[in-house]
Amino acid sequence: MAVYSIKDLELKAKQIRRTVVDMIYNAKSGHLGGSLSMVDMLVALYYAKLNVDPDNPGWEDRDRFVLSKGHTAPAYYAVLADKGFFPKECLYNQYRRIDSILQGHPDCQKTPGVDMSAGSLGIGMSAACGMALGAKRLGKDFHTYAIVGDGEMNEGEIWEAAMFAAFHHLDNITVLIDKNNMQNDGLTNEVMDMGDVDAKWRSFGWQVYHVNGHDIAAILDALNKPNYGAPKAIVCDTLKGKGVSFMEMNIRFHGGCPTEQEYELAMKELG
Amino acid sequence: MVRSFRDALSEALNAEVERDDKIMVLTADVARAVRIDNFLKKHEANYVSCGIAEANLIGVAAGLASVGLEPVIVGFSMFIAEKPFEQIRNIVAYPGFNVKIIATHGGLCVGQDGATHQALEDLAIMRLMPKMSVMTACDVPQTKGMIHEICRHTGPVYLRLGRDRALDIYEEEAAGTRIGGADLLRDGVDVVIIAAGLMVENAMAAANELKKHSINAAVINAYSIKPLCKELIEKYLKICGCAVTAEDHQIACGLGGAVCELAGEVCPVPIERVGVKDTFGESGDQNRLYEKYGLNSDSIVDAALKAYKRKKG
Repeated sequence: MAVYSIKDLELKAKQIRRTVVDMIYNAKSGHLGGSLSMVDMLVALYYAKLNVDPDNPGWEDRDRFVLSKGHTAPAYYAVLADKGFFPKECLYNQYRRIDSILQGHPDCQKTPGVDMSAGSLGIGMSAACGMALGAKRLGKDFHTYAIVGDGEMNEGEIWEAAMFAAFHHLDNITVLIDKNNMQNDGLTNEVMDMGDVDAKWRSFGWQVYHVNGHDIAAILDALNKPNYGAPKAIVCDTLKGKGVSFMEMNIRFHGGCPTEQEYELAMKELG
Repeated sequence: MVRSFRDALSEALNAEVERDDKIMVLTADVARAVRIDNFLKKHEANYVSCGIAEANLIGVAAGLASVGLEPVIVGFSMFIAEKPFEQIRNIVAYPGFNVKIIATHGGLCVGQDGATHQALEDLAIMRLMPKMSVMTACDVPQTKGMIHEICRHTGPVYLRLGRDRALDIYEEEAAGTRIGGADLLRDGVDVVIIAAGLMVENAMAAANELKKHSINAAVINAYSIKPLCKELIEKYLKICGCAVTAEDHQIACGLGGAVCELAGEVCPVPIERVGVKDTFGESGDQNRLYEKYGLNSDSIVDAALKAYKRKKG
């Protein structure tokens, strides 16, 4: 795997954010806010952690990744294209279109590099647990990573899965929580307050770390920290819409498309 | 011989795991209730305890399948099919993962536990999903044969069993089990009774009774609800000119629905559907419930006489 400096990774994150805004503006549909909030987590994973091979996406021993908050697929697709899993032009002529390999939500049957379909919140996390358990059963040492949204944590299935992973001693799974404090209807603490998120995961038997989700060095540091035989959760404080001033913590950009003027402003801000 | 569906499970699963170590059996705190304790003792490494958390269980099965393992889920049909319908649709059927669901306790036959445990809609919702095969077994020999068959099939399969006791319809070695298959158990020309699961036994009894009315009834065990064995069913709709469907399930969207859809396309003939008629069940002894809700052999006889009369105009 190529070795990137933190500076390189930060530049990569900026480039991915530009691609995300471009894709969604181009498709006139897609989830900007939650895509932008998790870019730094994805960059840390795909450029400094995950053992994957774009030339052999089905490689049995690869690390697995599940985007459980599947609606934020644009950032995921932008990273996969940049890694070389499929041509970059697909981001513009395929995403959310008919007969395409880039569905509105991740589809493991259609998109090279996507390990698990997702879109219905909660399910991806369970599937990630199945992958991690499968690795143990098969005697393989690949690691399974998942990104879960903080709104997604409303789903009971997340807690069923959290319980399952701890009970089965899945020390080969890491869940990154994109804690951007917003969900479809507004602020998470106004829609369904999850209270002390760290304490919740800890009480389910997980090794919990808490970082600034826009600090790539801190994310990597947490990814490399010990899990003491338990599944690991990294709670990442993020800003919904991170990187574009007027999109940050603006509920309109949860699922809304920018106007032409907003698009141009955003691209200017993202350099 | 009268034997329990559940007693067939351990034996069949033991045989499959001994053949194929990639099979993983998952349950949601019902291992004892579905009587696979014997399997657990022998093959603990191939067993995954998921607790009372069916939604997560389905996702875990998908994850296991995605890395090349072969999950077999065993549970009560109400809680392993009806409760996590959306999970089965989106993370098993849609990606087409190789996940098998063996559901016991299908239908009013659950008995005393009552309406919340009597899955009367499971065949319907499973049948609606693209890529999903839907099977039923009528007795212990067929259950064993069916498990043998589906564990060799790649792709999602839902197999529905009754709760408890069933009369052997098949000899041990001769169970019909093919995905997409059906068996003609009794030949006849006046009316065809197309039955599945526990209703096969009642259909055979009804066919005997119909002889007293000078009606020569054919009986088909339509054990593959999806894909339906169109060839055999179409052939007998044409030979007999009228039909009765019989299932321990709502008459809508299950076997009766499937046969009516087929008949509408290829051979519109009078069809009477025996099953639960848009209502919920209740607690009670299985025989009394079958009598009250019109699922016993007398109900099949009445339905056959009605269909025959409609045919004769």
